[in-house]
Amino acid sequence: MNTNDIDLPYTKRTLANGLDVIVHEDHHLPIVAINVWYHVGSKNERPGRTGFAHLFEHLMFEGSEHHNSGYFVPLQQAGALLNGSTNTDRTNYWEVVPTSAVDRALWMESDRMGYLLPALTSERFETQRDVVLNERRQNYENRPYGMAAMALAESLYPPEHPYNWTTIGSADDLRAMQLEDVQAFFRTYYHPSNASLVLAGDIEAERAFELAERYFGELEGGVRPAPVQARASLDGDRNLMFEDRVELPRLYLGWHSPAMFAPDDAELDLIADLAANGKTSRLYRTLVYESRIALDVSAFQNSRELGSFFLLAVTAAPGHSLAESEACIDEELRRIAELGPTTDEMERGLAQAEAHFMYRLQTVGGFGGKSDQLNAYNVLLGTPGFFAQDLARYRDATADSVRAAAVKYLSTAPRVMLSIVPRGRRELALADAEPISVS
Amino acid sequence: MRADRSRLPDVGADPAFTFPTIERHTLSNGLAVRTVEHPSVPVVTLALQVDGGSGADPAGQEGLAAVVADMVDEGTGGMSAIAVSEALARIGADYDVDVGADVFVFSLTTLTRFAGWGAALLADMTVRPSLLEEDFRRIRQLRLDRLKQLKDSAPATAERAFLRLVYGSHPYGHLSIGGDASLRALSIDDVRAFHARRFHPSRATLVVVGALSHEGLMEVARRFDQWGGSGDGATATPAAEIPPPAYPSARLAIVPREGAAQSELRVGHLAAVRTTPDYPSLLVMNAVLGGQFVSRVNLKLREEKAFTYGARTGFDWRRGLSPFVLQASVHTAATAESIADSLAEIADIRGSRPPTDAELALAKASLTRGYPRNFETTQQVARAAAQLALYRLPDNYFAEFVPTVNAVGRDDITRAASLYLDPAKLTTLIVGDQSAIADSLGTLSLGEPRVLPHEV
Repeated sequence: MNTNDIDLPYTKRTLANGLDVIVHEDHHLPIVAINVWYHVGSKNERPGRTGFAHLFEHLMFEGSEHHNSGYFVPLQQAGALLNGSTNTDRTNYWEVVPTSAVDRALWMESDRMGYLLPALTSERFETQRDVVLNERRQNYENRPYGMAAMALAESLYPPEHPYNWTTIGSADDLRAMQLEDVQAFFRTYYHPSNASLVLAGDIEAERAFELAERYFGELEGGVRPAPVQARASLDGDRNLMFEDRVELPRLYLGWHSPAMFAPDDAELDLIADLAANGKTSRLYRTLVYESRIALDVSAFQNSRELGSFFLLAVTAAPGHSLAESEACIDEELRRIAELGPTTDEMERGLAQAEAHFMYRLQTVGGFGGKSDQLNAYNVLLGTPGFFAQDLARYRDATADSVRAAAVKYLSTAPRVMLSIVPRGRRELALADAEPISVS
Repeated sequence: MRADRSRLPDVGADPAFTFPTIERHTLSNGLAVRTVEHPSVPVVTLALQVDGGSGADPAGQEGLAAVVADMVDEGTGGMSAIAVSEALARIGADYDVDVGADVFVFSLTTLTRFAGWGAALLADMTVRPSLLEEDFRRIRQLRLDRLKQLKDSAPATAERAFLRLVYGSHPYGHLSIGGDASLRALSIDDVRAFHARRFHPSRATLVVVGALSHEGLMEVARRFDQWGGSGDGATATPAAEIPPPAYPSARLAIVPREGAAQSELRVGHLAAVRTTPDYPSLLVMNAVLGGQFVSRVNLKLREEKAFTYGARTGFDWRRGLSPFVLQASVHTAATAESIADSLAEIADIRGSRPPTDAELALAKASLTRGYPRNFETTQQVARAAAQLALYRLPDNYFAEFVPTVNAVGRDDITRAASLYLDPAKLTTLIVGDQSAIADSLGTLSLGEPRVLPHEV
């Protein structure tokens, strides 16, 4: 295989109850990856009732009707590695098991898909709610710049938009949550017609489909929820700041950008790399390597289902202001929008994209492995067969399409400017920034 | 056929798995090479492991080894730092440096068709780095600034203070980034001298893994055969051979962090060396105690009491005497109770509450049954092979791992726990809100906490 015929083959069938089942064979090691996506994330929550989807991810490991105790014991006993995660758009659960334990893993995945509620006691609910409040303290409240994600979500999206809050949810909402709310959330979103199952690894496709039918075929299909629709835009620039337990000030610049897989999504990904990621990027060179006014700089196209945002972050070096960095960033973005990337930059971008698509083919399971990738394509695009086309988006990008995307989405578009400064040092923020509070 | 929901399906016999053969070679300059064929995706990983690491920092020059490692991709021959990065990007390479306590590992992954170029580039970078004064000043400044930023991070503050408590002034007693004063004291001459002294083919191992034959992988490795090295590579006494203090310098210590939402905890002491024959027993013991999600410590502090998002225990292995440590970030109000529970769990596994049959079976199964998944990617295999070189373990180590772990019995665990874990030696470190927790700490009977400064 070379990068010209790079692909991720699969077979897909849909069970009578609506569950998509996708199989990819890879017989290098005696392991099988099982990966389930539910098309539900924090975007399916409502203002004042946030944090459900993520709390749910915790509850899904606590037991189901026919295995009414923790999920880790029998799966670890079988040699499984397992985990789950929640983002704005989807929730995923996965196990990587030896071939000897595929039955057990599918039995358990299907039991929590079909029979969770009888095992969901108020005691389990309350314990996991407290664990989540601790997760919030550890990963957001007690971490430097940890509240930036919340401030950005609130400033890029209006209160009624489902990207206005982060997946962890608000602490008040978590405390106010009732068991009945959680049960209703499960009934709406956790069923076969809102889910997609991938088996990838050392298993014959026919046997995989037979097992999927055996364990999941009996479950009630449910009603596929209506897609969430929401749009967001900024009327003009927003210039905000907040004080945090940090030593050095950091500036975040955020712009609305095209949804995942939409035209220009790949272009913005390429812009992130050539502008601000790694030592070859323009801003590393100017801000960190040459003028040394910044400690670090990074950017990424945060691709999401309803619409993305492009985020650029820079931490000022001691003795330097955020305004200095901002001026350089503006100048560089203007140059990209005017002249586009160089031939060298385009060649390097493509070489890196091709290599990284190949590296991804090494892993069957876990976050970002082949099983996760097939589910992403299937859930968000309706077909698992997008790997080669996904890479083609990068191959087809031209200096001109990159330049045009920079003009349309960055250099001429309104943005959020968020300065995070050490407590009591408001003068380090961009001029005229409006103080905000985040909790 | 419908699923039988009355019971969980049994798990069948473990599938056969054989770790691929590690072939050993030596280049004409004395560089040890290990090749492993990994025929899945056309990707090759090179890992150059060089003796040194942060344990080789001379006293007063803490942070030197990491600066040297950082400067390896800052230019070579006629290439500037930016040109090196551009060359790496052109072959889609993932380049990574790990500064361990005993060794450096420089690794590079690229597509098979670029493996020769990648190896040549890695050799130029590591063997013949430019080490220019100008680059040194920039790198050092970045590290000084990063050090400042680390002060904001409770976990980093805890790591640093814990190493100091258990190792004192021993070469293992600092983070690889070093400290403000020691970084400021460095010069480019120190960097050049360290590189000249330490980077020698007789004190390094190159691991090459990928979708080629052993001979093809050796072709790639030969890009290192121009590495002459100066002198005989003799260096000061390795950190592993210097005896560390017998006891931590305090039983209870706190780094104040006013208003912190959580207390970051470390509980531990120096315990064992990686090459001890009791390693399999310690591994299983740790899995029962705190090495996995379903362990005593995590079930107690997270699932039963909801004090934390997660708690775990482990050994921070090095060639010399290595620490056992329990770590958790707990809700401030639950600090004292979390510590009491942690100390009790560590004490209990030494004999008063030996592992049950179920705990023992679970720990062993989780360590052994999924073992093959650790060798999926070229990076995983290269790292594994490099570990064998680091600890001088035999080539059949991976083949023997599963039967060795499965042979561990309950008595082995109790014996290993009582031999290697000592409640009288444990030190407890808190990074948290002192005024909020001071009163409750009195209930622990560990005496007054020693208040540690927020080191820079």
